Order: sequence, then structure tokens, then C-alpha cells
Amino acid sequence: MNTEFEPKILAFVCNWCTYAGADLTGTSRIKYASNVKIVRFPCTGRIDFMLLLKAFAGGSDGVIVSGCHPNDCHYTSGNFHARRRWIVFRELLDFLGIDVRRIQFSWVSAAEGAKWADVVNKTVDNIRALGPYTEYRRAAEYLAGNEDVLLKEQEVTQ
Amino acid sequence: MNELRSKAKELLDSKAVDLFIGYEEGTRLPRPLIATSAEEADRLIFDERCTGNLAVYLTRKDLAAGGRKVGIVASYYAMRSISRLLDENQLREGAVKVFGLTQDGGLTLFEAIADVKQYLQETPAPSRQVEDEWAKEIAEMSAAERWKYWTGELSKCFKCYACRAACPMCYCTRCIVEVNRPQWLQPWAATMSNMEWQLNRVMHMAGRCSDCGACGAACPLGLPVHIIAHKMTEIVRQNFGEPTETGNVLSTFSPNDKENFIG
Repeated sequence: MNTEFEPKILAFVCNWCTYAGADLTGTSRIKYASNVKIVRFPCTGRIDFMLLLKAFAGGSDGVIVSGCHPNDCHYTSGNFHARRRWIVFRELLDFLGIDVRRIQFSWVSAAEGAKWADVVNKTVDNIRALGPYTEYRRAAEYLAGNEDVLLKEQEVTQ
Repeated sequence: MNELRSKAKELLDSKAVDLFIGYEEGTRLPRPLIATSAEEADRLIFDERCTGNLAVYLTRKDLAAGGRKVGIVASYYAMRSISRLLDENQLREGAVKVFGLTQDGGLTLFEAIADVKQYLQETPAPSRQVEDEWAKEIAEMSAAERWKYWTGELSKCFKCYACRAACPMCYCTRCIVEVNRPQWLQPWAATMSNMEWQLNRVMHMAGRCSDCGACGAACPLGLPVHIIAHKMTEIVRQNFGEPTETGNVLSTFSPNDKENFIG
């Protein structure tokens, strides 16, 4: 059995550019890492920062967030709004010690099938090198680190 | 202090205000007093121990909302909150009379929030040296140390939401933590959901936070949650300059926003 660590990666992409771009990767028969699961959103502006955190708590080792290049947004300014949010969010995550290297932001247009394969492959390689993100999942557990103490408290004294 | 009392009494007697929000002597520390009559206004005090942000009461439906006129005692940072609340259409101009704490330690009566805004523009903010140094100290740690520091601090949190209750900007009637479809945050007090709550709170504060520190002061465990908010103020200032009145930082954008992490 293959015991090498296979990273789980969740990709939040916009419908109009990156999702179409990922489609192009497929129709162009470009092979890329199969570790990624794609979640389609109407726009990068729709991608709530909580979704990224939910992905980590739910077992993702890495996250890709991708959408239209600046000035190419289907809704004119969704990606500009998203960019502001990411600037702020990323610095805040870093301040709290959450591993920002595990979040890959990128712009992939509907014509950039090859770039999408590249982004995914690079991210998978990076995350493979970083290893599984167990700290986050562990901290999300209810009893994290206190199992023994709580077990003792629950003991019925004779 | 006598001047504050007599002025508050005068305002209440002449019905210029319906209630007056200030401090009275508490058991250990001064506590907020919401005076509705001249007799109650006799208990008003104000000194350097009155560090809370009373602007939080201005958006309370049972107190100040509904066309009632309010007098309030405010520190520099509370005045900032009041100005911000006006920009966000949470206050009506003319409904609030502010007794602002000025640099010389005296109280000045501002009849309109426009005057408060002018004062804020002309006056430099009081020093935030302790918070600056604290945030710098944390920022200089390695990522692993920061993770250890914050999980260590936030694992103690039992989700009482005092930080939310103390914040004048947290006035949503339906907060994200009370929504369970979807359940954005786990309701139990696990380290990560505590951290996610702080991330949410502070992200929603981006560009709106007055940096008053009331969230940290309100924490019954003394967790440094105000340092996260302080850091957010710094991040916003570094990336987007001083906050403007035209909208909060995240509801607007500039095509020239600079970042270096999008591939």
C-alpha cells in the first residue's frame, strides 16, 4: 500500500474564469494532480473567509482560491472586493499563527487551462512538503488536549 | 465633576435630553449609569478610571433608539465610535449631545456630532503605546510561536461574548454566532472555534474599529483580544491609509490595491 502523504486540497473558484479554465484543462487533455476538489462559486467576491477556515477544520491540508484577473470580473468588481478581503484576512491569519502558506491565491482566466494545471501541481507539491495540517484540526476538536483531565472529572468516585 | 453633574441635570430638567449616559461609583470600579432624572444625575462621576466605551449604549433599542435624545460622556476613542456610528446611519444628528474628554483632562460639550468629527480631525489620538508594543512583540515571533501563543490564550475562552457586548460596532441584531443554518461557528468553546470567533469579529471590524480596547477590557479572563483588533487597525492603515467616511474598508475597493501573494 502507498503510505506516502497525499494532501487533500479544496479549491474555491469563480464560475466565469477559473472554473471555465479548469474545464479547458480537461478538454485540452492536460494531466494534473488529482488531490484537488473544486467548489464552484458565482464570483470570488462570494467566497466568504469563513469557508476557508471551515475547509481546514473539515480536513483540508491546503486551499486554493482563484478567480478572474483584475478588470475581468463578470460582475465588474467582485474580484477587487475579494482582493481587499484577502489582503486583510491573510495578514490577520498570519498574526494569529495560522499557516498562510497553505492558502494559495491566484488569478486563472477561462483561457488559462495550462496555468490551472500548473497552480494545482505547485500547490500540491508545496502542501506535500508541509505535511498534513493536523494542528488546526486538533484545535477544532472539543476536548483537544484535555481528554485525560476531563475523563478524570467524569470518573464516579466510589 | 460638579460641572458635569450640573450640566447633565440642566439638560435632563429642560428635556434637552431624555437620558444621560455616564459613570457612577461602583463596588470596585466605576460602572455605567443611565440617568433619566436630575436626582440620578447627582450620582455621575468621571475620572481616569472610566475607560469603557459608553457609545455601545447608543444603538441599544431599549435605551437610545426610537427618537429619544441622549447625553453621553465620551473619551477620545468613544467619540471616534460615535462619529463612525453616524457614518453608518445608526445615529441621527441632533439626537446626541456628547461630553467629550479633551486633552487637558476637561470635559467639553459638543452639541452636534459634526463638531465631534471636527475635534477628532484636529486632535491627535491618545497614545496606544502598550498595544503597539504588544502587537509588535507578537508579530516578531515565529509563526509556530504565534500559533502557540494564541491557541494558549484562546483555549481559555468560554465564549461569553463580553467582547461583542462591549463593542459599539457590534450592533447587529442577528450575529453570525447565533445563526445555525449554516452553523458557521461551532457553539462549544473549542480552541479553534474560539479563534474563529475572534477572526470573524475582527474581520467584521475592518476599518470600522475605533481601537478603543473595550473588547479586551471587558474580557473576564483578561485575554488580549483587543490586540487582534488593534492589529487589524494597523493592517488597514498600512494597506489602505486612514479610514474614510465613504464606506468601510471591505465594502469598497481600489483598482490600485497592492498585494504580493496572488499568483
